[in-house]
Amino acid sequence: MEKEVLVEVKDLRISATSDEGVEIPIVKGVDFNIHKGEVVALIGESGSGKTTISLASLAYTKPGLHFAGGEVKLRGDDLLSMDPLKQRSIRGAKVAYLAQSAAATFNPALTIGEQVTESAVLHGILDQEAATKRAEELYEALELPDPQLIGNRYPHQVSGGQLQRLMAAMALCGKPDLMVLDEPTTALDVTTQIEVLKAFKKVIHEENSAAIYVTHDLAVVAQIADHIVVLYSGEVMEQGPADQIINRPQHAYTKRLMEAVRPKPIAGLGTDVGAEHNRDTDNLEVREVTAGYGGNVNGEPKIPILKDINVSVKNGHVVGVIGESGCGKSTLARVMAGMLPAARGDIILDGEKLEGSLQDRKLSELQKVQFVFQMADTALNPKQLIGNIIGRPLEFYHGLKGKEKHAKVSEILEMVELPPEFASRYPMELSGGQKQRINLARSLAATPEVLLCDEVTSALDSIVGANVIKLLTNLRDKTGVSFVFISHDLSTVASFADEIVVLYAGRVVEQGPTDEVLVPPFHPYTRLLISSVPEMRIGWLEDTMQKREMAVGISRGVEMTSVGCPFYNRCPMAMDGTCNTTIPPILKLNDGHEISCHLTLDQLNEVEADTRRTLDAAEA
Amino acid sequence: MMMRMVLQRLGIGIATLFVVSVIVFVITSILPGDVADIILGQSATPETLAALRAELGMDQPWYIRYFSWLGNLASGDLGISKAGGASISSLIDSRIWNTLIMAGMVSLISIPISIVLGLWAAMHPGTRLDRIVTFGTLSTISVPEFFIATIMVLIFAVKLKWLPATLYLTGNENWSELLKAMAMPMITLVIVVSAQMIRMTRAGILNVMSSPYIEMAILKGVPRKRIILRHALYNAIGPIVNVIALNLAYLVSGVVIVETIFSYPGLAKLMIDGVQTRDLPLVQACAMIFCAVYVILILLADIASILSNPRLRHPK
Repeated sequence: MEKEVLVEVKDLRISATSDEGVEIPIVKGVDFNIHKGEVVALIGESGSGKTTISLASLAYTKPGLHFAGGEVKLRGDDLLSMDPLKQRSIRGAKVAYLAQSAAATFNPALTIGEQVTESAVLHGILDQEAATKRAEELYEALELPDPQLIGNRYPHQVSGGQLQRLMAAMALCGKPDLMVLDEPTTALDVTTQIEVLKAFKKVIHEENSAAIYVTHDLAVVAQIADHIVVLYSGEVMEQGPADQIINRPQHAYTKRLMEAVRPKPIAGLGTDVGAEHNRDTDNLEVREVTAGYGGNVNGEPKIPILKDINVSVKNGHVVGVIGESGCGKSTLARVMAGMLPAARGDIILDGEKLEGSLQDRKLSELQKVQFVFQMADTALNPKQLIGNIIGRPLEFYHGLKGKEKHAKVSEILEMVELPPEFASRYPMELSGGQKQRINLARSLAATPEVLLCDEVTSALDSIVGANVIKLLTNLRDKTGVSFVFISHDLSTVASFADEIVVLYAGRVVEQGPTDEVLVPPFHPYTRLLISSVPEMRIGWLEDTMQKREMAVGISRGVEMTSVGCPFYNRCPMAMDGTCNTTIPPILKLNDGHEISCHLTLDQLNEVEADTRRTLDAAEA
Repeated sequence: MMMRMVLQRLGIGIATLFVVSVIVFVITSILPGDVADIILGQSATPETLAALRAELGMDQPWYIRYFSWLGNLASGDLGISKAGGASISSLIDSRIWNTLIMAGMVSLISIPISIVLGLWAAMHPGTRLDRIVTFGTLSTISVPEFFIATIMVLIFAVKLKWLPATLYLTGNENWSELLKAMAMPMITLVIVVSAQMIRMTRAGILNVMSSPYIEMAILKGVPRKRIILRHALYNAIGPIVNVIALNLAYLVSGVVIVETIFSYPGLAKLMIDGVQTRDLPLVQACAMIFCAVYVILILLADIASILSNPRLRHPK
């Protein structure tokens, strides 16, 4: 039975006007329909125009863009040709928008309740009392804590995952016909992403509303979409039912997108370092480090973040550091780099103890350990030419000047696979992926021994991110530089790292060679992380929620503890009286593989077998 | 958290006042000639000078003099002016009301005008009115205030003969006479202080207007007026209050030139007279009052922006 058509997008064209007054088409004639109760996914890499198209259903364009033609009909009325007052009456009432970052879209100065109910009350859909009541019902449906009280709080008083769900409540409060979800889970940890996806799916189903879901993540799309539109450079490449696009893609571009989907984090994906660089000596070592913020009292940091950390980075190896946000990954890198002196413990470089603070380290020591920041946008000075950005460390560490420096800049640009002409450009003129390469090039210019990469691919879409990883692998093979690769994305780490360090609440809960860490036995936290990585398979979300680690592990945040195992309150195997009182011992397994847990090896293996059985039962 | 920050600001304010008192004391001390010199004038002999200095306590070491001066200051005793030995408190008392009346009138007019015009310009960026406001404020900011004052005199006193060029207050004027007398310095000051406040209000609001949460409000169908007044203004209060405080402080202490041009008998004019007659205790007292006004107003602005920040008002 054909469902009623809710939205009809016909030959939609959107253009930008350049400074010279030339029209640049951004969206070049897009057609698709949305039926009632259907979730349509717009997928494509950055620059494909997916956000621009989704905003057209609110008759809105970002500043600098304008509608150049076509129609967006909601129940037969064209939104684009309406007068502005009528367009405003559609926004928030008939069509509601959910943005990528809830943290940025909630007004910090107003209460959550006011913002959630604002639209419904302004448009006269509900009075304030009814709207507040409806909001409370939505909080409940979205599984938010304290439904009666959470509305009185301010955005900074709730967690990121909660804010993301509150944004869904804000969109749904006015009972819209259509929701536009713009990458609503991209910025989240895998565990939070599951929690939010589950809530969205439930609420879309219960409210029977239609939705446009914008994302570059096919694994997420597979969980939520009914119909998929594949976009590239403002044009539709292919569209069809989710099952057809995911399982039998026709277009070459769709197939390319599929290939860039992060593989399941399994053992055996990593590459080996070239023999000439593979020396089994420690390059950088972190020994018994405790660190935190707010100054030290009696050798203990006021706000402790890291506790008794032992990590070693071997020459030419890639050490992946994983864990959810708030686990201390970036703090660890900052301690290694000397940006945050440790309260206790040592940092050792090539057998020599390093001073804790940057200021006290020697120039040669600074040169050997370089930092690559997450956001190239903020790390690169927008007023400096690329040539100067890369030239500065050449001058500072190697004393290169004039022609010599110039030649070296070209050489380094070539290393990051960019043409030498880029030296005379400004960061603003580059794409996100290119900027991240420059960010990397700047650190490489110091010819470091250890590169500390803090979430360098997290802000990039999957295709661009995969290319950056390929580049890092090449660099490692060519130069033998060691990497500390921090990421919350387990799949990327699995495909790139030689060793993995799993951090939870400032402690190392598991570490060892990648191929050991990613096969059972797992630390319960590693297992939760692995189960949370979405697979590009329809029905995966429902399957994974069956697993027992999900029941307790999801919907709880990271909490620092001073006694016992920090994972106690999220662990399905936690033993009261042991886990919450005693710091877990370290189980030493093959090949330097270590798990910090109270369970014995046999018990961990038993959990594994048990999960298998439950899953098999669910399938049968 | 918030209480601690407010107390911290208070502490910094008091420390600032303290530092300034040292600076004022030291600078006035190294100026050639002291009160004894001035009182005795031509008839000074080394003996009479020494006797008078002893009587005034000026033979004491500097730190004792400093603390006794500070102590007197704190208890409201501002010392004796050399001019006829009148107490400085009584001199200042007659002037400070003139200054406060002027500052009060100017603020009453300029603050509402500035906020309304600033908001209006921010609501309609790029329109003709916005450009007129921007052009007007920029021109008045770049022109020195004595120039504006002189032009006012030229137009209203010399050409139109509506208002007196300088004023002489006897203290017996009724309100309408007083208003007429104060009109020109008032208008000059309104123009000078409004320009800055309008620009800051406009810039503060426009800065917030590019935030994602404003785009979100647009996409929720919130009317533009409500976006500005509810969503944007709440987040721009900090900088706006600060520029208002700075301008109010200027109205009390920085209006020397305007007061001089119109010979308005305010506090700043009193200080200038004190400098001209080398009446150091008077200069010290005025400087301390000005500084205290600055510190108090900035303190209030700081506290207002702390209070307007929900992160500090409602900790986690």
